[in-house]
Amino acid sequence: MAGKTLYDKLWDAHVVRSEEDGSSLLYIDRQLLHEVTSPQAFEGLRLAGRKPWRVSASLAVPDHNVPTTERELGIVDPVARTQVETLDRNADEFGITEFKMGDIRQGIVHVIGPEQGATLPGMTIVCGDSHTSTHGALGALAFGIGTSEVEHVLATQCLVQKKSKSMLVRINGSVGTGVTGKDIVLSIIGKIGTAGGTGYAIEFAGEAIEELSVEGRMTVCNMAIEAGARAGMVAVDQKTIEYVKGRPYAPSEEQWPQAVEAWQELHSDADALFDYVVEFDGATIAPQVTWGTSPEMVVSIEDKVPNPDSEIDDVKRRGMEKALAYMGLDADTPIDSIAVDKVFVGSCTNSRIEDLREAAEVVKGRKIASNVKQVLIVPGSGLIKEQAESEGLDRVFVDAGFEWRDPGCSMCLAMNADRLEERERCASTSNRNFESRQGLNSRTHLVSPAMAVAAAVTGHFIDVRELVGGGD
Amino acid sequence: MEKFTQHKGLVVPMDRPNVDTDAIIPKQYLKSVKRAGFGPNLFDDWRYLDPGDPSIDNATRRINPDFVLNNSQYEGATVLLGRENFGCGSSREHAVWALTDYGIRAVIAPSFADIFFNNSFKNGLLPITLSENEVEQLFQEEAEGSGYQLQIDLEAQTVTVPEGGSFSFEIDEFRKYRLLNGLDDIGLTLQHEDSIRAYEAHRSSEAPWLFR
Repeated sequence: MAGKTLYDKLWDAHVVRSEEDGSSLLYIDRQLLHEVTSPQAFEGLRLAGRKPWRVSASLAVPDHNVPTTERELGIVDPVARTQVETLDRNADEFGITEFKMGDIRQGIVHVIGPEQGATLPGMTIVCGDSHTSTHGALGALAFGIGTSEVEHVLATQCLVQKKSKSMLVRINGSVGTGVTGKDIVLSIIGKIGTAGGTGYAIEFAGEAIEELSVEGRMTVCNMAIEAGARAGMVAVDQKTIEYVKGRPYAPSEEQWPQAVEAWQELHSDADALFDYVVEFDGATIAPQVTWGTSPEMVVSIEDKVPNPDSEIDDVKRRGMEKALAYMGLDADTPIDSIAVDKVFVGSCTNSRIEDLREAAEVVKGRKIASNVKQVLIVPGSGLIKEQAESEGLDRVFVDAGFEWRDPGCSMCLAMNADRLEERERCASTSNRNFESRQGLNSRTHLVSPAMAVAAAVTGHFIDVRELVGGGD
Repeated sequence: MEKFTQHKGLVVPMDRPNVDTDAIIPKQYLKSVKRAGFGPNLFDDWRYLDPGDPSIDNATRRINPDFVLNNSQYEGATVLLGRENFGCGSSREHAVWALTDYGIRAVIAPSFADIFFNNSFKNGLLPITLSENEVEQLFQEEAEGSGYQLQIDLEAQTVTVPEGGSFSFEIDEFRKYRLLNGLDDIGLTLQHEDSIRAYEAHRSSEAPWLFR
C-alpha cells in the first residue's frame, strides 16, 4: 500500500465521522474571523439561539476596512465603522479573543495567525477569506470558506467536506538571486492556470520551496487559491519548527517536545501517490509581472505583452483582447517599458518583515520616480511595523518619498480609503489583478515587493536584478 | 434555506471566462452586515456607467446599455449561463447572495471555483456543471432567438432545452438531499454532537496543545 501524502495525514487526523456519499465531518482546530464575512454568521447564531462550540478556537481581528492612516480619528466611513464595531461587539458578546484596532497585535488576519503562533503545524484552519491557504505554509490544512460555513464552524467546530484530489507541485533546483516566493507562485499560476488547481489541494515541494523561508512559503501558499486550489501546503521542516517556537500561542514548554515529535511526521511519505504531479525547473523562473486581469495572465520581466492573435482558443482570445483593452496595453509591448502611476507594497501575500526588508534593500539611497504619484508601504501587522521601525526600514521608505502606513488589507482590495483612481496603473504586491479590484477601472500588475519598489524608483517595470546587481 | 426541486426560467448569457466574485459584487457593498439587499448591485461595475457606493441611490445612476442584464429581453432571467471558472477569487458569500437576491436560481457553466460552488448550496442556488460542448450549445441556442428558457429538474438531475432534448448533470447525494429539502446544515451536524465530543476527548489527549 502506498504511503500517505501530507494532505492525507492532515485530513485523516481530523475526520470526526465519514458519510456514505464520501463526505466527512471534519474537525476545525482554528477559526480566524474578520469584520467582513462574520457579521451575518454571528447574527445567524443569535437568531437560532446557538452559542459558539469552543470559543478558544476562534481569533478575531479587523483588517479589511481599517484605515492605514490617521487612526486616531477612527473610521470615517460610517458603513465601514459599523462593520468593525459589529465585530468588536460580537467578539465581546461571545467571549472571543479579538485584536482590536488600537492593539499592536492587530493586522491582516493571515499575517497575525502565524505571527502569534495561532497557526500551528498539523492544524485545520479556516477563515471566511479565500487567502486562508496562506497558513498551509506551516504544514497545516487551511482553506477559505463562506459566511454560512463560518457560522457552521462557530456552532459545531466542524465542517462537512469532501476530500479534494491531491496535487504535487515540485520546483526542482534553486531559483536565482532576486527571484522570490511571489515569482515562483506567479509562474506556477501562469503555467497551470487559474483553474488548474480546482478540486485539488496542492503541496508545494522541491529545493526551491525548501530553500524559501517560512514567510516565503506563506506567499506561495497564499496564492494557491489563485490557481483554483482551496488549500496549499508545505511539509514541516526545521525552519517551520524554529519559526513557531516561542510565539504567544505556541505549545507550552512542557508540551513542546511532544508537539515537535508529532510535527515531524507532517510530510508526504516517500512512496505517497498524488493524483497529479507537475514539476518545474527553478532556474528558469525570472521575476514575474502580470499583464492582464487574471493572475494567470503573467509573463516574466524579460518578456513582452502577449499577442491575442497567437491564441487559437476563441474564448481565451476574446478574454485576452478584453484584458488588454481594460489594461490599456498593446500586444507585444515590452514589459519593462510599461510606466506605473502608483505602487502598493502590502497585503496578506507580501507584507511581512522579510518583504519589507527586501523592498528596503532595493530602495536604499534611491528616490520615488517623478512620474510615480504615490507609493504605499503597508506592513501586515502592528508588530511588523514596530520591528521594521526598529530596523530603520521606515526611514528608508520615507526618505525615498514613500508613505509608511498602519497595518491592514488596504489597497489590495480597496475597501478602505486606499484606492486607485480610474485608469491608474499600479505595481502591486497583492494577489488579484481583477477588474476594478484596487479601485473602479484601475489597472493592477502583480509583482514581488522588490519588483514593486524597483518600479517605484525607476517609474516603470524593470528587472530588479539590474538594480541590485544580482542575477547569475 | 429555500428548497430547490424543479425550476423553469429565462436564461441570461454571461459570455466570458473567469467571472470573479469581485465582478459579481464589488467590495464596497461587502460593508453591509446583512444578508439581503445585494441584488441591485449585482455586477455593479459592468451594469452601471458611473461609480457605485452604498450611499448612492442606484436609481440616480446611468445604466450601461451594452451590459447583458440591462437588455430588456433578459428582464426576469433566473438562469445564468456562464463560462469556465465561474465565481473565482474571493470567498465572499455576498456574491451568491447578490445572485439570489436578483432572482437567479441556477448557474450553468463548464466549471466553477470551489468556494463559490460550496456557498451556492448553502443558499438554495443550484450550480450546474455541464461539459464545454454542452454549454457552447446552450450559448448558441440562446443567441438564436429571444425568450430562451431552460427546465431544470434537480431530482432527475437534468437540464431540458426548449426543443425537448436534455442534458444530465452530476451532484453529490448529500447536497442534493439538502437542497431538495431545504435543510439547515448546522442542525444536521449537531445531530452528531456526541461524535464531535468523542473526537475532542481523544484528540486533546493526543495533541493537548491544540486545545489551549
